[in-house]
Amino acid sequence: MVCQINTHAAYLDPILIRHRPSDLLQILILAQDHYGYIHSDAIDHISAALKLPRSKIEGVAGFYSFLHLQPPGAYRVLFSDNITDRMSGSVALMESMCSQLWVEPGKLSEDNLLSIDTTSCTGMCDQGPAMLVNGLAINRLTQDRANAICELIREQVPVSAWPAVFFSIEDNIQRRDILLDSHFQSGSSLAALLLRGTDETLQQIKASLLRGRGGAGFSSGAKWELCRQAAGDARFVVCNADEGEPGTFKDRVLLNNFADMVFEGMTLCARIIGAKKGFLYLRGEYRYLLNHLQAVLQRRRQQGLLGNDILGHADFNFDIDIHLGAGAYICGEESALIESLEGKRGTPRNRPPFPVTHGYLNMPTVVNNVETFAAASLIALNGGAWYAGIGTGASSGTKILSVSGDCDCPGIYEYPYGVTVAQVLDDCGARDTQAVQISGPSGVCIAPDEFGRRIAFEDIPTAGSFMVFDKTRDMFEVARNFVHFFKHESCGFCTPCRVGTSLLSNMMDKLANGYGSPYDFAEIEKLNALLQSTSHCGLGHSACNPVLETIAKFRPAYDTRLAHKDFVPSFDLDRALSQARQMTGRNDTGAHLERSQD
Amino acid sequence: MINTFTLDGMSIPFSEGQTIIQAAMAAGVYIPHLCFNPQFKPHGSCKLCTVKVNGRQSSSCTHQALSGMVVESNTTQINDERRMLLQMLFVEGNHFCPSCEKSGNCQLQATAYELHMMSPHFDQFFPDRAVDASHPEYLLDFNRCILCSLCVRASRDVDSKNVFALSGRGIKSRLIVNAKSGLLADTDFCGDDKAANVCPVGVILKKRIGFAVPIGQRSFDEQPISASPHPVMKEV
Repeated sequence: MVCQINTHAAYLDPILIRHRPSDLLQILILAQDHYGYIHSDAIDHISAALKLPRSKIEGVAGFYSFLHLQPPGAYRVLFSDNITDRMSGSVALMESMCSQLWVEPGKLSEDNLLSIDTTSCTGMCDQGPAMLVNGLAINRLTQDRANAICELIREQVPVSAWPAVFFSIEDNIQRRDILLDSHFQSGSSLAALLLRGTDETLQQIKASLLRGRGGAGFSSGAKWELCRQAAGDARFVVCNADEGEPGTFKDRVLLNNFADMVFEGMTLCARIIGAKKGFLYLRGEYRYLLNHLQAVLQRRRQQGLLGNDILGHADFNFDIDIHLGAGAYICGEESALIESLEGKRGTPRNRPPFPVTHGYLNMPTVVNNVETFAAASLIALNGGAWYAGIGTGASSGTKILSVSGDCDCPGIYEYPYGVTVAQVLDDCGARDTQAVQISGPSGVCIAPDEFGRRIAFEDIPTAGSFMVFDKTRDMFEVARNFVHFFKHESCGFCTPCRVGTSLLSNMMDKLANGYGSPYDFAEIEKLNALLQSTSHCGLGHSACNPVLETIAKFRPAYDTRLAHKDFVPSFDLDRALSQARQMTGRNDTGAHLERSQD
Repeated sequence: MINTFTLDGMSIPFSEGQTIIQAAMAAGVYIPHLCFNPQFKPHGSCKLCTVKVNGRQSSSCTHQALSGMVVESNTTQINDERRMLLQMLFVEGNHFCPSCEKSGNCQLQATAYELHMMSPHFDQFFPDRAVDASHPEYLLDFNRCILCSLCVRASRDVDSKNVFALSGRGIKSRLIVNAKSGLLADTDFCGDDKAANVCPVGVILKKRIGFAVPIGQRSFDEQPISASPHPVMKEV
């Protein structure tokens, strides 16, 4: 027993000494990295060292999909379950791997060696089907690659010895504009800032009319100014790199190629608002970028662009820590992200107050998207008027789109705001397009008669996701996939979202199983109204959108599911016996009820 | 000059820092609620107390009262929504009122009566939740938990014990206790704790006193939950 506890102390103590109690999530991630899961004795040790109750630690660990309190197996295979992964065959590949390795989805194998499950979109939609193996991304899965992975697992080859080609990730930059084509020199924006002065640089950011790229579009200049004016002993800059909206992957490419621009944007912001500390909150799915980003930070420190006395100015001190997420889409919501940064469950806060006055540790905090900070670097360099002259009246500058789905050239496309959907479809080589889902499941689904609409805050605002569906796709299944996504990602704090997203999933499954009637339509509409009016945050507000939009625009996809004119219960006795059939290994006629065979 | 706002046409005075429900309670006006308890910091999770503030829905327990605001609460639309929220709470857990020791003293049940909830409406989830009977004096029946976190707040903020916490996420959210074994008996919970007496439903139950007060003579048998702005349940 004593020996057991010492086992955990040996790897936990070096972690604990480098962290504060508010870094609990980071501590848990590191502890799991070392031991494979968070052992009950490890929680005892962390609890004693940080003087945190065990219940709090378990509560935090239980919130994040990627943290395990029980052994999850030496190989943890997670298939990305975005609709684009499904369209490129992920379901069949997962079934094949499960049957080859004799494991049930979501369950630990009998020999405790592996588990195979699904996870929310891993941000590799332009090169799917994608998976994570022990947290590392593998893309472009084919039957051959899946077979090879099965063999590696069967032979118990450590993941670090798997072929490197499995882990190669492409940028797929298809269209460059001012940002992606900027040939940015690290330090150049900070030099411009120091030359121009802090106040004048803020004026330039305001004059640029830059708006947040996470989707909501709040004025960045106004946000920075509010934070600067807010009372507080300390201020913080947070870069939201929790890019979880299904179909979005532009932040992954920005961080891979333009990390300097992003960090420099954060440093500019720090100078303007008076922050000494910044955080990049990196989604767990992108942890393969961690070493690269740490190296960039280290180089910037050596170049005098981070740390103390930045560019020789004695009063310019700022540094950036990277915090990892652990599989929780809701942490992309800024107040949930701050909770997570503070080592808590990622539950969105009651707002107001907003993070600009009460953010990290209740101090004034700017939270901006990766792309926003990169754009800020450009503005500091080239001036606000230059930037405001690009795009449209209410949407200055450019927007980076993550294009995936049915097109010849999926990948990253940067356009000045105001580009039409038709133009993007043309450029990416989309044909016979039936629909485009813009800004992910919480965004809008548009039909061909709307392809003349524009990507801009005044028409279709977007965080960047642009998923294309051609005429062969079943829009009902698209909506059903999104609804399941929301159910999985609901934080569970408020009643309408916690229960409503499950009810909605069940109703969509009922329709898929052939038990739908117009009654269920009415129920879905009632649920939607309730979620929109009473949910705690945007997740609940938008959870019904995919269904309502597809009902409104792609009604035939639903009509084929309305097998009944009048209400039918979703309960089906024959389906309820499926567990018994599975347990007895039978699927013959005698194992079915007569009624369901006709 | 006294600050006031209007609630369903009534003028409600409030003092600086009060939320809508706090001011309404002080004025003797009932707004349905479950996770709110005037003794604790508002939480805003159950959403039963949703009202319309100047035409927009908001949780009245967390929404600061402001002079001149127009608040609607007792309207058909809002009560319809509250009824759906109650139905959600009923189907999410396992609630069998006729055999429940808290029947008649349960805020969930009483609020359902208040809002004329005639059936659970939605398909039941029938979750598999184990009962924790490990403690010599108390029983935890998680089947009835509505995740209001009042016991969490009471134990943390009043008892300074952290006996309870929420774990899991989404529909898998659940109440846990502060013990390696996961059992209440292995925590420092005791019957004098604030947390022992704060559950609005029937999760935290004292053993061996079941049905001491006969059904029919319990708090909400005598008067509806709306009769007092915040229900005070009989001590058992």
